[in-house]
Amino acid sequence: MAKNLIRKTFLEPLGKNNPVFVQILGICSTLAVTNKLQNTMVMTLGVMFTAAFSSWTISLLRNHIPSRIRMMVETMVIATFVIIVDVVLKAFYPEMWKQLGPYVGLIITNCIVMGRIEAFALQNKPMLSLIDGLSSGLGYAYVLLIIAFIRELLGTGSLWGYRILGTWWTNWSIMIMPPGGFFVLAIIIWVIRETIMKEAKHA
Amino acid sequence: MPDSIMPFAVFFASIFTGNILLTNYLGMCSFLSVSKELKTSVGLGVAVIFVMATTTPLNWLVYQYLLIPFELEYLRFIVFIIVIAAFVQLTEMTIERYSENLYQALGIFLPLITVNCAILGVSLFMVIREYTFITSFFFGLGSGIGWFIAIIAMAGIRQKLKNASVPPGLEGPGIALVIAGFMAMAFMGFSGMISLS
Repeated sequence: MAKNLIRKTFLEPLGKNNPVFVQILGICSTLAVTNKLQNTMVMTLGVMFTAAFSSWTISLLRNHIPSRIRMMVETMVIATFVIIVDVVLKAFYPEMWKQLGPYVGLIITNCIVMGRIEAFALQNKPMLSLIDGLSSGLGYAYVLLIIAFIRELLGTGSLWGYRILGTWWTNWSIMIMPPGGFFVLAIIIWVIRETIMKEAKHA
Repeated sequence: MPDSIMPFAVFFASIFTGNILLTNYLGMCSFLSVSKELKTSVGLGVAVIFVMATTTPLNWLVYQYLLIPFELEYLRFIVFIIVIAAFVQLTEMTIERYSENLYQALGIFLPLITVNCAILGVSLFMVIREYTFITSFFFGLGSGIGWFIAIIAMAGIRQKLKNASVPPGLEGPGIALVIAGFMAMAFMGFSGMISLS
């Protein structure tokens, strides 16, 4: 029973309850860095870390937080973990930190983190909340990595900074510019909704 | 660029060439969910302009006179969000107390705004780009107006779209993202006139 619950908690955000497809949440802070696979990886790791540990912390405190000020408490907890991410990046990867600029800080306002706390961590045990936060972050991460993959490959002909496509390839520069992000996300949502969601509806 | 025209250049650039929504994707959540109705979009847009134009210089003051002297720059995320949340709360209470009409039109959108990424984003950009106080104000104001224009345009298009037949998988957020993409392309037409660093 307990094992099933953990499995279910872990798998749901990856598939039919994916925060990006179903709820279109939290794309603000990360979509801007999806023009490079490497940056996206770092950002999504940051989101996963923050989502997992702030869910865990709030779940530990859930019986002690007065409900009137819970939003404020949640924000403070999230901000604390984001600061940890920011400081670690600044110390060990200053180049990356510079490129990401303000976007690391914007994980605070990422709706997924707050959303999972409100919807899940406030009612569930710490370990389960940790798993839920982690898998929500993971469900979010793989979608954005797909976007980054498409954008970097088509936009620059390379992946992770290495040239993949030969010199015959003409870069689609629109892909690494802002409109590219909107289009790729729209197309991915379209494809997913037409295939997976339809199956789910029939089943 | 001479310092004297800097604020105006930033003001113009943040509306058109560096639109916070269309080039930085900030404030997408409320943009997608609220832009279904023109009337609510206007309300939210005006509230965003107001909050951005006030909290950006406010955060500038806090950053320059509190965080830097005490070497607490790394706390800026927490401090900025507290300033924004406190300010929004205060404004909401003031409006509710003094003007029933304004509260109905604007006040109900204020709580939504605290979690709008664009507000915090503008403050963080302001720190990174090392703007002066005046420039920060114009940057906040311009970004707010830019966001307002984007959501109004989107709401107008979506209202017309009600009569169009959209593929079922693309309905709702999907088509909104496609439209946002085209709008971003249209706004790219302004680029080259002036650029934000």
